[in-house]
Order: sequence, then C-alpha cells, then structure tokens
Amino acid sequence: MSGSQIPEKTSYVVRFAGDSGDGVQLQGHQFTVASAEGGHDLATLPDFPAEIRAPAGTRYGVSAFQIQFGGDLITTPGDEPDVLIALNPAALVVNLPQLRDGATIFVDADAFTTQRLKRADLTSNPLEDGSLNRFNVVPVSISSLTTEAVKPFGLGSKDSLRCKNLWGLGLMMWLFDQPREPTIAWIKAKFAADESVRDANLAALNAGHAYGETVELTYQIHQHPTPAAKMESREYRTLTGAEALALGLVAAGELADTELMFCSYPITPASSLLHQLTGLEDAGVATFQAEDEIAAVCAAIGASYTGKLGVTSSSGPGIALKTEAIGLAVATELPLLIVNSQRAGPSTGMPTKTEQSDLYQAVYGRNGDTPLPVVAARSPADCFDTAIEAVRIALRHMTPVILLTDGYIANASELWPIPELADYDSIANWKPLPEASGHVFDRDPETHARIWATPGHPGFVHRIGGIEKDIRSGNISYDAANHQAMTDLRREKVLSVADYLPDQELELGSLGGVAVVAWGSTWGSVYQAVQRCIRDGLQVAHIHLRHINPLPANLGALLSQFDSILVPELNDGQLATLLRDKLLVAVEEFNQVSGQPFGVSELEERIRHLAPRQIREVSQ
Amino acid sequence: MSALTVKDFATDQEVRWCPGCGDYSILKAVQKTLADLDADPAKTVFVSGIGCSSRLPYYVNTYGFHTIHGRAPAIATGVKLANPELDVWVVTGDGDGLSIGGNHLLHALRRNVNLNILLFNNEIYGLTKGQYSPTSRVGTTSPSSPSGSIDAPVHPGVFALGAGASFFARAVDVDQKGLPGIMADAKHHQGAALVEILQNCIVYNKDVFDDVVAKKTAAETQIHVVHGERLRYGKDGNKGLRLNPQTLRLEGVVIGENGVTEADILVHDETNPNLAQMLLHLEAPLPTAMGVIHRVSRPSFETSYWAHKPTGRRKKVQDLLQRGNLVDRR
Repeated sequence: MSGSQIPEKTSYVVRFAGDSGDGVQLQGHQFTVASAEGGHDLATLPDFPAEIRAPAGTRYGVSAFQIQFGGDLITTPGDEPDVLIALNPAALVVNLPQLRDGATIFVDADAFTTQRLKRADLTSNPLEDGSLNRFNVVPVSISSLTTEAVKPFGLGSKDSLRCKNLWGLGLMMWLFDQPREPTIAWIKAKFAADESVRDANLAALNAGHAYGETVELTYQIHQHPTPAAKMESREYRTLTGAEALALGLVAAGELADTELMFCSYPITPASSLLHQLTGLEDAGVATFQAEDEIAAVCAAIGASYTGKLGVTSSSGPGIALKTEAIGLAVATELPLLIVNSQRAGPSTGMPTKTEQSDLYQAVYGRNGDTPLPVVAARSPADCFDTAIEAVRIALRHMTPVILLTDGYIANASELWPIPELADYDSIANWKPLPEASGHVFDRDPETHARIWATPGHPGFVHRIGGIEKDIRSGNISYDAANHQAMTDLRREKVLSVADYLPDQELELGSLGGVAVVAWGSTWGSVYQAVQRCIRDGLQVAHIHLRHINPLPANLGALLSQFDSILVPELNDGQLATLLRDKLLVAVEEFNQVSGQPFGVSELEERIRHLAPRQIREVSQ
Repeated sequence: MSALTVKDFATDQEVRWCPGCGDYSILKAVQKTLADLDADPAKTVFVSGIGCSSRLPYYVNTYGFHTIHGRAPAIATGVKLANPELDVWVVTGDGDGLSIGGNHLLHALRRNVNLNILLFNNEIYGLTKGQYSPTSRVGTTSPSSPSGSIDAPVHPGVFALGAGASFFARAVDVDQKGLPGIMADAKHHQGAALVEILQNCIVYNKDVFDDVVAKKTAAETQIHVVHGERLRYGKDGNKGLRLNPQTLRLEGVVIGENGVTEADILVHDETNPNLAQMLLHLEAPLPTAMGVIHRVSRPSFETSYWAHKPTGRRKKVQDLLQRGNLVDRR
C-alpha cells in the first residue's frame, strides 16, 4: 500500500464507481451541486451501462460518474482521476486503467469477499495480491460503517446498505471540503414522507464525513480544499446538455413567438430530451410520444404544416429511419428541427457510449440531392444557443435543420452563466398576415424561403407533396428544366444560410502554424490541449465549428493562413472528408472511435507531434 | 341549403387516374360530401400517402398534403394534434395503409385521433404495376406472384376492430347514393373513423369485387346495416341474419320459411363489437356487410391530450432558466 499522497492542486478529478443499482449517479450529482455551491468551475461525465440493473457485482454492470472541479477554467471531466471511490471489486478493476500511478483509491473493503471477487472475474483479491502497489489504496469498511451509522433508524439490512452511496459521498465531501448543505436539503425534501429513511440518509452522509478524521489519522490523507474559480460575477446554474437543449428549444419558441411540437420515440441517449420537454409544456411546447421514429418525424412535419414548429429527436439508428420523411420536409420546404444525440455505431452499436459518427448521415444521408443545414453543439451549456440558432435557420429559410449533439453532451453537465433572453434577437418567420392571399411558393429572394401559409388561412388554400413541384405554382411537375431549377434552388437555399453567419473565429491562438479544427463535444478537450501547447510556445490555434453545413463563408480563407490543419474527431474522419470536399484543403486526421471522449493529453501529444513535421512539409 | 357545390371542391389539376378507375367516383363522392356539409375549404385538410388513391388531395380544393408511403396517418396525427380545429382526412390504399403503413394506421385507430380515414381497397398494387397486395386473396396471380400468392390477406375491418377502432364502415366506390352518407358519418364521428371502400382497379384487378358488387346480384350479396334496424337483405327484402346460439355464428334465414318471423332477425347494434366481428366474418353465400358496422363513442386523442396539457405559453422562459441548481456568484 505504498504510493504518493493526493497532490496539492487547484483542480481535481474524482470518479465515483459502483454497481448500476448503487446510486453512483446520485453521488456524483450531489457532489456536483456541492462543488458548484463551493464556487468551483466544473465538468462532469456520467458513464453508465446500457443495462438498467445488470447482475450485481459484474464488470459490465459498473456505473461511474466523473467530475473535474476546482479553481481553474474547467472544460472537460478530466483525463485521469486523482481519486477513485469504488463500492465493489468490479468497480475497482474496470476503472484502474484510467488511473495514473499514485492515484488515491477508496474501496469498500467489505465488498471484497470471495463470492464478490468471483462475480468480478477476479481470482485473487487485489487488496492483498500486490496488484495495486502503484496506487494509494485506502480500504474502508463502507458497508458496515453505513449499517452502523443508520442502525438507530430501524431500517432492514438491505435498506440500510442502500445508504452507503451517501456515506461515500460524505467522505468525498470531507476530503475536498465541500459544503454538505445542498445535499442535506435535498435529502430532507426527497424523503420528506419517510422520516426513518430521511434520517438514515442524513446520518450516513454525516458519518462518512466524520470518518474523514479517521482517514486523516490512519492514512495521513488530509483535506484538500480547492480555491473558488475566477468567474464573472453573475448567477449560474449547473445543467446537462439535455436540459440546455430543452431550454434552448422553448426559448427559441418564445423568441419566434411560435409554439413547438416535439415528437419523438424513446431511444438512448436521446430520450432525456423528451423527458425534459415534457416538464416544460407550460412554456409553449407540446410533446408527443409516437409509435416509432418515422411516426415521430412525420407528426412533427404535420405540426410544422399547421404552423407550429415541429421538432423531432433521436440517435443515429432512429435518424436513419426518419430519413425519407426528412426528404419530404426538404421537398415541401417546411421548417423542422431534427436533433441527433449521436452514439457509437454502426447499427445498434454502443447506445450509452458517445461518438461523432453521424456527420456524413446529417450532411449527405438522404436520397436525391437533398441538402439541409447542419449545426452542432460543443458542450452541454452550448446546446442552449445551438438550439436557438437551429430554429432561427429553420424559420428564416423554411427548411429542416439537423442539430448534432451526442451522448456525452446530453448527459454531462457544466456550470452555465444564466443568460438574459432579452439579449437575444427575436426570430422572424414567413407566416402571412390573416387578410393576405397569394401563392405559398412566392419566395424571399435572399433566403429563398417560401410563405409559411397553413391550413385555416383562407387566402392560401393549396396542395403540397413529395412529388417534384413546379417552381412557381407548386403543382406536380415532371418537367426537366423545372427539376433542374428546383435542385438549384434547394442548393442555393442552404448555401444562403452562410450569408447570415458570423465569421468563423479562433477559440485560441493566432494565425500560422497548426490549426486544430474540431466540432461538437470535443471542444473541451481540444481547448485544453491547444492551450497547453500554446503555453509551451507552440504555434497552434483552435477553431471550433458550430456550422457544419454550410460552413462559414470565411473558413477557407481562414484555414489558408495556417501551415497545417489537424482535425481531431470521435469518428473515422468525417469532418476531415467534408473539409477536403468543400474547401479542397489538406487536413491531417486524428480519429478516435472508442466510445469515450478525447483525453486532453492524447490530443496534446498529437498536436506536438504534428506541428514540426507539418511545418517542414510546407517549407518544401 | 349548402352554399358550395361539388365544383367548388374541384381543382384546376387534370385528374390522372386510368379511365374507368373507381377512384373517379370516390373523388366525386368526396366533393359531394364536402359540398353537402358546407365544409370550409380553408379548414379542411386531406393527407395522403403514396399510391393511386393518394393522388386524391391534388384534386380536392382544400388544403392537401401528399406525403410519403404509408405515413399519412402519422402526419395527419401531427396535423390534428397541432390544430384540432381542422377537419382532417386521410386517403390511403390497401398497400399504403395496411402494408408499409400498417403500424401507423394501427396507432391512429387505437389512439382514436379524430381523423376521417378513407381506405381504397382494390386488393392490388396499382401504381407499381400490379403486384399482389396485403389484401389480395390467396392465389392472386400477379407479376410478383406468377403462380398465385400464398399469404393470407389482412381483413381491414377485423384489423380495425383489433386495433380498437371506434368507427368502421364499408362502402363501394360507385355507390354514389350511399358513399357520401358514410363519408358524412365518418366526418361527424369524434375519433378515428375508418371507411373501407371497395375500389375497382380496372387495369390490374378488374372486377375483383364482382362477387359482392355486381349490380345484378348486389341485393343478395350485400347487406346494408343500419343501427337499430333489422339485418335484412335480398331482392325481396325477406332475408335476414339470425344468431345461431349453438355455433355462435350468424346464419341467413328467410322470413316466412321454416317458421322464421321478422322478430327472429337480429337488430343491428353498431356499438356491439361482437356483432361487428360476426358481420365482418360473413362469407358467401351470406352477404357482405356494408354501411357503418361499428361505431362507439370514446374521447378522441387530441381532446384528451389538450384537456390535460396547458395550451399556449403560460410561463416566461426566463423564469425557467432561473431554476434548478442555482449558484449565485454576484
């Protein structure tokens, strides 16, 4: 049991792990709330299995939650945990590969019985066989200490043990000197109806916290209070990507003075958006759980046809099913928002693991020449602005828009400076005045938007459909020149989106050297990696794209001012292909398809490796 | 008196069905129904899928949406849910509604979305040139089943009842006397109303329903059911249906023969699902049931939906932003 102590730092990474039924996500969430209360910046990552309650003690049933918090600018949940707290042998062994030498591990020593070691496919006890020598291991009898602490409240043995997550949480709160008040208030509210459960949980939390002194004496582990982050003085909240997206959608509805209809079918990891929006129905969104993915997008199209804004949401496999209907929305020029919470593919893939591999699907994945705008969110909180931007494009150009997010963003959380909605521009739409009459395919020359006349309006009674239509009348047309004109129009319409985009800017760095061009949820890792390289004197810049299709108009000119371009992606090189396709630029790929976010150090290493080589090539 | 006429519901588009197609008479009945009921063209929407039948919205001067194969009930559900004030019609066929779109039809019926669904059943795929369809009888020869189809057909009425439909009616395409009345019943029904229209595809499945609809024999091969009236049929109106309590089946009897009196003839009760099942399962030489076979009253989906949800925007989004785990760092 050798190993170093927890180093003195301004930010830490802690990982909670246990069985999927142990309440690990709750532990993590409460720790997050406390950390936010304590003035830290933070980023979190839940990492849970697809199975709801996998057999207890198995490796594949391990659920984990990681948080990076502290006084620095935090943009990722961290590469390597400083501290792991594992509630059973399986939770210990599956998380070991991520730990650096000398990391501190708290384990529930009571869980290391022969039977439970076997359940975790272990032939010997890691607490005794020397396999943990690289780490600073602190075995604590969490189960028995929890049982002891809650004894006065008369719970059965099973219910008593269910309090162990709060015991562990109490210990972690002691270690980092986090405030317990928010959790105490939460417990009191949550278990208001059951006094003994409430008191037992409070006792477990406090007992874990009090145990810190024992740890201090026995293992020489001291408290590590972290400084508050230097952040703008304003009101913040913690929120997940799903929450931010839901709020962004209702905010967009308010800005557009248009009600939304959200139609979806349950799928991991997109379902949380449906849950969030169901709770926001008094803010002008109606939610509908359809019979399948196709019906979901179709009902959303039906809603858009009547003048509400239809929104549908899914993950890759579900988006594949919606594809034909999305083409109908393109053909009929109806506004529609399609949210894709990407997950690891192909086919069912790994539903709870994150990936960015649906970019081709979003940009190219339809029959016919069927272009549509694609935008991508870069972090949980950024989902708010991205949703507003997507709705703005859909209504300005009368087109379906795909918004790409992913499983990581949907579930991860961060601290968000609460914006003032009054600071946002309102969103205009093309609905005709009640007394107007005319033709729905009269267009705005700049946005190519048609008139959004909807049933109920006596001045615009018309028929639309998926068959090619005459560019003026909208009637069925198989005319050759007309189809060419309609194809040109559909292309120009999407390209015209770029006319309204701000110039692409650099996140970090300056012109020249290596441009690291990324999109979506890799923002946090890329930002940190580039920042470290810049601090080391390397000439590197970070460019992060929100607009995938069309690309910002100045992107080509911007990239031409760099010696080389590196595109890191959680896929097999999809944005790289798009950039080569659209801009004819040479790009280096850095692809990772492991179901996990990028580690900052891997990215940093790659950037360092690339910079000199690329500069040499360019100088030839 | 109605202010609008059939002509007011016609569009300037050339109707592109084959000459003699049963769809022409259905279109006429639709236009007549709308005119008779003084429908508001601006508040009427026809949603269709893909197939010959699904071209109909282009020919009706109301709002119309020709969508994609099989999905009309799903799109119509979105339309009706988003704006319950609209009168929403779905036009589909046996392939569109019962094969590729069977799932959506099932759910529109079980949810009881207030839609008027016209299912043109011609037991064949017309627009793709004559392949057998999900309602084709076993042994149907077609380009895709040259030795005769082997799969058992789906029965639209039995399917509808199984899905929990609150309204099912059957009619014949050329029946200009009866069809508008049934369409009107469907329009007035507060819920999903499925009307199966036996439609003659004169090119690929000509006269396939002649065993039922041929004029000469129609009086013997069809029974027009009316709620509260006895189930009588026949040229002389002296035949009827009686329940055989031993077999639990309907049997055909003749009033005045074998001691049968009018009182023995069953009275149609459109609210009785068991009777509806028996009427749907009538087989020759018994007649095929026409008219409103099943109709019950239950809340429509959009009514229940909006009864439980807030309408409009009651909360300022800014207030919603300032909820959750707030951290004040001012």
